Amino acid sequence: MDLLIFQAPILMVQASMDGILLGILFALIAYGMALQWGVMNIINIAQGELVIMGGYIAYFMYLSGIHPAFGVIVSPIIMYCVGWGMYKLVINKVVDKDLFTSILATFGISILAQQLMNFAFGADVVVAQSNFGTTMLFNNSVTLPNAKIFSGAVCVISAIILVIYMKKSKLGRAIRATAQNARAAKILGVDTEKVYAATFGINAALCGIAGACIAITFTLHPYTGLPYTVRSFMIVIIAGLGNLPAVAISGMGLGVFEEWSDYLLGTEFRIAAVFSLLVIILVYRRFKLARKREYLK
Amino acid sequence: MKIRNILITLVSAIALLISASTISFAKVVGDKIILGAAVSLTGKYSSNGVHTQNGYNLAVERINSMGGVKVGGKTYKFEVIYYDDESNSGRAAQLAERLIQQDGVQYMLGPYSSGLTKAMAPVTEKYEVPMVEANGASRSLFTKGYKYLFAVLAPANLYLDVAIDLAVEKNGGKPVKIAMAFEQDAFSQDVRLGIVEAAKRTGSKIIIDDKLPKELNDMAATLSKVKATNPDVLVVSGHTKGALTAVRQISEMKVDVKMLAMTHCDAAKLSKQHGKASEYALCASQWHKSLSYKDKFFGGGMKYDADFTKAFGYAPPYQAAESSAALLVYKDAFERAQSFDTKKVRDALAATDMQTFYGNIKFAEGGQNVSKPMVLFQVSCNDDGSVCENKVVAPTKWASAELVHPIPSWSKR
Repeated sequence: MDLLIFQAPILMVQASMDGILLGILFALIAYGMALQWGVMNIINIAQGELVIMGGYIAYFMYLSGIHPAFGVIVSPIIMYCVGWGMYKLVINKVVDKDLFTSILATFGISILAQQLMNFAFGADVVVAQSNFGTTMLFNNSVTLPNAKIFSGAVCVISAIILVIYMKKSKLGRAIRATAQNARAAKILGVDTEKVYAATFGINAALCGIAGACIAITFTLHPYTGLPYTVRSFMIVIIAGLGNLPAVAISGMGLGVFEEWSDYLLGTEFRIAAVFSLLVIILVYRRFKLARKREYLK
Repeated sequence: MKIRNILITLVSAIALLISASTISFAKVVGDKIILGAAVSLTGKYSSNGVHTQNGYNLAVERINSMGGVKVGGKTYKFEVIYYDDESNSGRAAQLAERLIQQDGVQYMLGPYSSGLTKAMAPVTEKYEVPMVEANGASRSLFTKGYKYLFAVLAPANLYLDVAIDLAVEKNGGKPVKIAMAFEQDAFSQDVRLGIVEAAKRTGSKIIIDDKLPKELNDMAATLSKVKATNPDVLVVSGHTKGALTAVRQISEMKVDVKMLAMTHCDAAKLSKQHGKASEYALCASQWHKSLSYKDKFFGGGMKYDADFTKAFGYAPPYQAAESSAALLVYKDAFERAQSFDTKKVRDALAATDMQTFYGNIKFAEGGQNVSKPMVLFQVSCNDDGSVCENKVVAPTKWASAELVHPIPSWSKR
């Protein structure tokens, strides 16, 4: 057991690939979270529920005979509307309040969403079948499900599209301006209300894409949203706000680290290892920042 | 002011009257024996909670329509008071308290899941109210010395140890290498204990022993280890999510293992959701419709399956069957006790020795049912994978199909 790394070194490649593909998925969710955190200063506890909701959209397409992979197109469109509606109903009332209020509000939304999904879709664990098959590498010793590769590719493509959109489009510019200084943006004629609604919508749409990927790679259940919230929160904390490459790298890094620690230490250490790493990173950061402050003095 | 005072007095008097009358008559009202149950109608256990309730209801209806319960020359009918415990163990304990204290219930039926049963058992024990439960298999329920708790199902540690025996037998009696992955919850860890004991008994070696976190839906690393170490048996238990995740990732990662044993396959609708990918999986089950047990209320398993399907529009999972059996146990105990005294009913329950369509029922000291073995079925599909069936392969007495062993490798499937 302890010598697993020498027994089958090629499987470290397997663990790394699994980790990267898992990490990309988390990174996309985290990017959505970082975006609306940065722009609106809201930590969305209902992030995971948005993901699961998006997953159920793909699942219902699968049930009605449409290939669930098309969920990555349909799901973000519907989820954009859900996010927009959520903003108009609740979030716009807490957007200027302190962080605690918004955390409570989104926490409430997450409970409500769980119960509603449970009511509407039932409490069974469900999966959507993509039948994409498997890619075999290194003489069949490394096996990568094509569904995971597909999800990874979809996440990367959507992230790239989003980055370009944020750089080039008018709305993107408005969002960036609002993130930098909402008051100044308002004075210069940016309709911040609209920007907020769009940002929340975009975040929900990203969750929708990730959810559709999860429907074909993992499992769906109304109450399994929380791990996605926690994980994306962690990635954002490590990467910082508004830094997409850092989000992608920390997402994948955490994914790989998680799979490695699972593979080498045992599954029971998986989460412990990830959180220990988080603590180490935060402590390191603190010292680094402290040094900087001293230097500035 | 005066009218208001009179109204308040009147309302409180009525309220007092109602509460007093419910307390004094609740356990047996007229010709009705009132049973109490908190089941999960909402929350994460709601699908299995509904199976439990449907199982109870079908049996209540059947017993009532076939002459009811005869105690002291009089005929009584069962009636159940249900509350929704929201899949929350704190709520379940409160509801047990409410059923006993406010509704005056003296005979309880169990909730769904080991966790909730664990929360309710101390309450029923405190008030010395018998509880016959059908959905809490965790071994820890039966080691606490509870006197009023009776479970019609086999304890969790007996779920999959048969599979290890089977693997050893297929290995020509030689010890096998076992890989296992269990969720970190009371039930799955009890299943794990059973495997550990079976491994000790057969001299087998456990080479992977993973404990899956509750929120985990990715087993890729565990399966990589399985690929690296090539065990004879892979045992997985993590409720429905675990079963679905395991089969999905085993088929996607093309993990070849000679035997795959799991729990919760039928609750997860494994063969329906995964089709051919789930083929050859061995699953532990408390009950299967093809077993040859009989009773006069439901006939046999096949008839129960047909009746249940007619009444509720879906085939009964074993969670429903064992719930129905709990009512049969109560009826039998009341008739043997010939009394409504909870102590006498409790003693009659403890002396239960009967056969139901669900299996033989006889309680051990701790309250668990020891005379009904678990069955293992194997998922078997037709060539294009459109129809998959669960076929009993062990114990041999009830086997309706030969065990396919070893599982053909993915390159040949």
